[in-house]
Amino acid sequence: MLGSLPPFVPFFVGALAVAFTKGLPRKVILLAVPILGGLNLLLGLEHDVQLQEFLGGYTLTLLRVDKLSLLFGYLFHIAAFLGFLYALHLGDGDVDGAVGDGDQTGGDRAGLQHVSAMLYAGSALGAVFAGDFITLFVFWELLAVTSVFLIWARDSKRSFATGFRYLIIHVVSGVLLLSGALMLAHRTGSVEFGHVGLEGTGAAGWILLIAFGIKAGFPLAHNWITESYPESTPTGAVFLSAFTTKVAVYALARSFAGEDVLIVVGTAMTFFPIFYAVLENDLRRVLGYSMINQIGFMVAGIGIGTALAVNGAVAHAFADVIFKGLLFMSIGAVMTMTGRTKGTDLGGLYKTMPFTATLCIVGAMAISAFPLFSAFVTKSMIMVAAIEEHHYIVWLFMLFASAGVLEHAGIKIPFFAFFAHDSGIRAKEPPKNMLIAMSIGAILCLSIGIFWIQFYGLLPMEMEYHPYSTTHVLTQLQLLCFGALGFIALMKTGVYPDEKRAVHIDAEILYRKLGPWLVRKTGSAVARVDTYVRASVLELVASVLRVAARAHGLVGPLARSWPTGSTVLWVAILLAGYLLFYL
Amino acid sequence: MSHEHGDHGPKEPIGWMDKPDFVKRLFWAFYALCAVLVVAEVVFGKATEHPHPNEGWFGFYAVYGFISFWFLVLLAKPMRKLLIRSEDYYEGDEGAEDAG
Repeated sequence: MLGSLPPFVPFFVGALAVAFTKGLPRKVILLAVPILGGLNLLLGLEHDVQLQEFLGGYTLTLLRVDKLSLLFGYLFHIAAFLGFLYALHLGDGDVDGAVGDGDQTGGDRAGLQHVSAMLYAGSALGAVFAGDFITLFVFWELLAVTSVFLIWARDSKRSFATGFRYLIIHVVSGVLLLSGALMLAHRTGSVEFGHVGLEGTGAAGWILLIAFGIKAGFPLAHNWITESYPESTPTGAVFLSAFTTKVAVYALARSFAGEDVLIVVGTAMTFFPIFYAVLENDLRRVLGYSMINQIGFMVAGIGIGTALAVNGAVAHAFADVIFKGLLFMSIGAVMTMTGRTKGTDLGGLYKTMPFTATLCIVGAMAISAFPLFSAFVTKSMIMVAAIEEHHYIVWLFMLFASAGVLEHAGIKIPFFAFFAHDSGIRAKEPPKNMLIAMSIGAILCLSIGIFWIQFYGLLPMEMEYHPYSTTHVLTQLQLLCFGALGFIALMKTGVYPDEKRAVHIDAEILYRKLGPWLVRKTGSAVARVDTYVRASVLELVASVLRVAARAHGLVGPLARSWPTGSTVLWVAILLAGYLLFYL
Repeated sequence: MSHEHGDHGPKEPIGWMDKPDFVKRLFWAFYALCAVLVVAEVVFGKATEHPHPNEGWFGFYAVYGFISFWFLVLLAKPMRKLLIRSEDYYEGDEGAEDAG
């Protein structure tokens, strides 16, 4: 039965090995697992792995191999390798000013991070190769449980609270997934993780869509991204940005391709975060908003649903993991070396961290979709598909959002971290392993953009598309360069808003402020009613007792104890009366 | 750059952004690139298989890019006025909860 090894297995075994090793052997394992896993993916996966008649008679598919699952499989192996290479120095304790990796607090926090990251990567692989909803559910929940330690490893009160909220939101998503899956199974008799859609699936389809949507950062459910990434460790954020949301994008592509509602949701996701990204001060929170914006393009592409659009969506997910990983790595490097991530605290680092600055700029150019960089060949598929399907308004929104990407991720991130005003910080370049990981990320950003023909060969659908037409190159450069010109004009006229130490209210206020407030208010209202009712009842009982006491109490006329003498007197009087009547 | 501490302070690196002439030249090079991109549209024209109704207008992408940045920032500024809170906005509340 087990002719092929499900890709999550090496990672789960690897996590065990990492837990019981230290030093060099641990480092070797960290790098070897994604490489061996990748070889397994390239050479070992020959057929699906199924567990027949399992759990109530359903067939569980632990491994389903097709072009879509393989694409995400390759991606997650690359992401895991880069992530572990980037985090390889953890536990060495020789990094200046290392903040947030928990090494200073003693214990094997580095080990905890490595183990949880290994299990997290394995869970992501388990989810994308799952062929049924039950298996998907198990890995879906494992994604949350394993990754929360990358937030808690910061070891602060705030990260602890953030981690809990993260966990609750994702567990809710998992519960919805299981409920939707069971309702669907009741309807169709199958738990196969395939196309679901919203037509003819009733509530089950919607519940599944919401379950996927929470993990994908749909509007109103998006703040777990902007909350948890900035609170995680510098290395943890690299892993977090790679897996969870992309598993959700994969699930949407698998089950809800062509659903019109996703076009609207996706377009909204490309649009509103860019305003927040302009205002935000914490650069990792800016990247969080940027993440939602990029997922918006993917969700809209899945909603459009044509071969070109879905290819564009999954290709863009692939490119995004690499360039967003690179951006998180470069800001993580800054954080590791300076302990800061806020625009107000940074600036001028290009003087002492030129390599990191250059690599950050490569990531920035890739996400902005400059020709020769990855997003140029991926995002454009979604945009062209939108025009082909006559979604003109959507296309205009996306074009605006593309300019917005250049603003917050293309210019703001590198500009405020490495240039802008000189903060006076003279931090050194980060450890070599970080630089190498970032360099590989940068090379991949360019490779996807240059060797696009080979990259397109990995995509799941058949299509005809050529990204490097003169018109596309020219119009894209015009959009980007004149956008940048707009930025220069905004800076020179002083219109561009300063970075401010502040928070900007977002949907999270619902559960961080309004929810607790409602609970408190409801609690105190209930308490007031409770006090009043108790007092009234007590008063009532007391007054009944008073009346009873008046009649039956010690001095009450009905409760007096009468002395024998007076009784004899009364008896004598009665007898006298008797005699008087009858005689 | 002059230093009061002289030799005692660490050697202050001078980056290219500290050289105003160089930065100015860089800006001019960028303006030139923008001009070239407009001229290129005259020379090469635009040809897409499935054009958007507005896409064919001359300089559409350039104008759209420039305006997008201004629209974004000009809308974000009043948004900030509405949404901005102190950095410990959530912490204060959660602290109160902990205490309660």
